[in-house]
Amino acid sequence: MITLTEAPFEPGALLTAFCVGRAETGAVASFVGLARAEQGQAAALELEAYPGFTDAAIQDFAEAAKARFSLHDYRIVHRTGHIAPGEAIVFVATAAGHRRAAFEACDFLMDWLKSRAPFWKKEHGPGGARWIEPTDRDRTDASRWDQE
Amino acid sequence: MARVLLFGRLADQAGWRDRAIEAMSLSALRAVIAGDDPDLAEALSGPGVQVAVDKTVVRGEAALLASTEVAFLPPMSGG
Repeated sequence: MITLTEAPFEPGALLTAFCVGRAETGAVASFVGLARAEQGQAAALELEAYPGFTDAAIQDFAEAAKARFSLHDYRIVHRTGHIAPGEAIVFVATAAGHRRAAFEACDFLMDWLKSRAPFWKKEHGPGGARWIEPTDRDRTDASRWDQE
Repeated sequence: MARVLLFGRLADQAGWRDRAIEAMSLSALRAVIAGDDPDLAEALSGPGVQVAVDKTVVRGEAALLASTEVAFLPPMSGG
């Protein structure tokens, strides 16, 4: 399931709910991304999504990941709007029969979400606001899955 | 009358993010925008800007019906 939300969320509650009723799942891996303060350079992040387009793109990619890693299930929650330092931006959980698939699928989903998902990110800092594009590192992290 | 949506830096540049514009095709829509704001029209044709018609990315020309939604998407940052 995919959720885009402007409201802060509690990652622990999401993980607890995701683990309920899984008699055949041997492994759940999860990741939580938090907004960094960047030593005061980032007063807030603003993430813009295109409702109906952004969630559909994430859903398509997550379904491909589910097939690739034989996942039993996944849960993705992503913040949009204004996000303060220290708040959770993204939650990803993956459920699989065994741990390797769960870990790898979680990593795979995060690399794509960080570099290719249809969001537009603006950083508000002391010197004003600026739009952010993916770093070379984000692109390299995402492309390592392309060669396999 | 297409509903035109701008995202990211394109909306900041234009000073609007959601506007109804009378146009029967994507090229006609670009021409209307160029008549109103040439700098914006140039930015909409800039490198890495994608166009989605009713939430599907299209390349080149597309016919627009009443109630068609056209979105101009600058390079995506990821989350």
